[in-house]
Amino acid sequence: MHTTGRFNYFPYLLLVPALVITIVIVAWPLVETFRLSFTDAALKPDENFVGFENYEKIFSGRFPEVIGRTFVWMFWSVGLKMIVGTLGAVLLNAAVPGRGLFRVLVMPPWVVPIAIGVFIWGWMYNGQWGMISGVAQIIGLVDGPFEFLAYRDTAFIATIVTDVWIGTPLVTIYLLAAMQSIPNDLHEAAWVDGASRAYRFRRITLPLILPAVATMSLLSSIWTFNSFDIIWILTEGGPRGGTTTMIIDTYKTAISRFRYGEGAARAVLIVLFLSAFAGFYFYLISRFARGGADNDQ
Amino acid sequence: MINKYRWYEVVGIYLGIAAFLSFILAPFLEAFLVSLRPLDRIFSAPYRIFTENMSFDTYFNMWTSVPLLWRYMLNSLFISTVVTIVALIAIIPAAYAFARFKFRGSNALLGAFLAINMVGGAVLIIPLYKLMLSLGLLNTYWAMIIPGAAFTIPTGIWLLRSYLLRIPRELEEAAWVDGASRLYTLRRVIIPIAIPGIVVVAVATFITAYAQQFLFALTFNSTNELNPLPVGLFQFFGRQTVVWNELMAASLVGILPVLIIYIFLQRFIVAGLTAGAVKE
Repeated sequence: MHTTGRFNYFPYLLLVPALVITIVIVAWPLVETFRLSFTDAALKPDENFVGFENYEKIFSGRFPEVIGRTFVWMFWSVGLKMIVGTLGAVLLNAAVPGRGLFRVLVMPPWVVPIAIGVFIWGWMYNGQWGMISGVAQIIGLVDGPFEFLAYRDTAFIATIVTDVWIGTPLVTIYLLAAMQSIPNDLHEAAWVDGASRAYRFRRITLPLILPAVATMSLLSSIWTFNSFDIIWILTEGGPRGGTTTMIIDTYKTAISRFRYGEGAARAVLIVLFLSAFAGFYFYLISRFARGGADNDQ
Repeated sequence: MINKYRWYEVVGIYLGIAAFLSFILAPFLEAFLVSLRPLDRIFSAPYRIFTENMSFDTYFNMWTSVPLLWRYMLNSLFISTVVTIVALIAIIPAAYAFARFKFRGSNALLGAFLAINMVGGAVLIIPLYKLMLSLGLLNTYWAMIIPGAAFTIPTGIWLLRSYLLRIPRELEEAAWVDGASRLYTLRRVIIPIAIPGIVVVAVATFITAYAQQFLFALTFNSTNELNPLPVGLFQFFGRQTVVWNELMAASLVGILPVLIIYIFLQRFIVAGLTAGAVKE
């Protein structure tokens, strides 16, 4: 439509505001990060090209361990979010009185500022007076006050639990929407044929929400990989590096210690991992889109 | 008829929902209870859910012990509002371009916007810091607003584009036949019809901007008067003796605005969030 024969400037004109802000704030910094990763930029006036020195440095140090930890953190966090979120969606999808209200009550962890939710968890993890340690003492799980954020293992678990708490609402609501988009006739037809509820869930609901589960898992992985606030507020990557993920390490190197070049090299590795996730995500989306079109015909 | 549950199934479902919602809501309840306790009751073992002398005193005292609390809250609202306006100025025309025009590179550009969305702000923090430094924007509202807006634009374009795709083309074509310019058509025909979609995008952007005010403010701003609530309160969080009841009271008051917005507009928000699950 509206082919006038000459070049159509109008759509490009419409894109100018979005392009300008995206190029300045995202695209250029992305390129600049790559450039900086090959320099010794720091808090000094000049910067020199150093080749792959930053990369050699981080791979001979403890960074490989940080990469591994990031993936373990992401695996547990995303896995638990998907499990708890799917359970929540199944429960909220049940036709019982009050479900409208229950659905409203799911969202607050996602709606409130992340940092503030994390403050509350910080209090709950407090060993002397916090709720979790207190309840654990009452039911006899621990003998005395237990500081969850003071030990590497428990701090690691504590940051995961908080991340799951913040991420679960979106997974729940997203999967709930996917379940509700399943036509009711499918369930009714199966029911008429004598299929039990469990059987219908396994053979109708589960296969039909699978694309949404896959999409959400990947999106959630990307967000979790980028997660900064939760760990920074609770532990700043401690104790003794026990919760230092790639993002936290990058921030510490660049912003706390002013080693821009070395920080940028870490950031480049993060971008490479994210690109892999993004590529996989777009592949899935296009596959599902094609699958959906086939089903329509 | 098909969805009739037996009584024990109903009990099971309610128990499940209760367990699920406890996990979601317990922290808020705990924060509220702590905010009601006097300080000497907070720091007392063993742990008790209810303690004596509970009162709302903290909600009056916190304004004097956190003198800038008002400022933090207003800053948070101000930053989120301006982020939403800036983002909408970029989102509306771009979404329209992607929804209506086939131009060279349109698919590639849309893909690029979405791909770029995968990179979080923390990854790009070094060049962003240098950029803000060289533009002289450190310690100003703009250092928190512009990056905040940039990272919400791709999702907004995607949401609004799918809404605009559902508006029939005939409306614009009729306007063009009548001699209206294309910009006039966008302003007077498309935007008025797209208001519900724009509201969804605006609300989603506002809530995102309000939720994610930590990193940029922490890194680019050291003027305490300009801090949004999360960073303002973070300073109290890090101290040796945290005044927990006041921190919790201030946190709860600080999240009230978004909770109110959420309760009134939750239909829009959920619709916006889940658009992708059902459609694309």
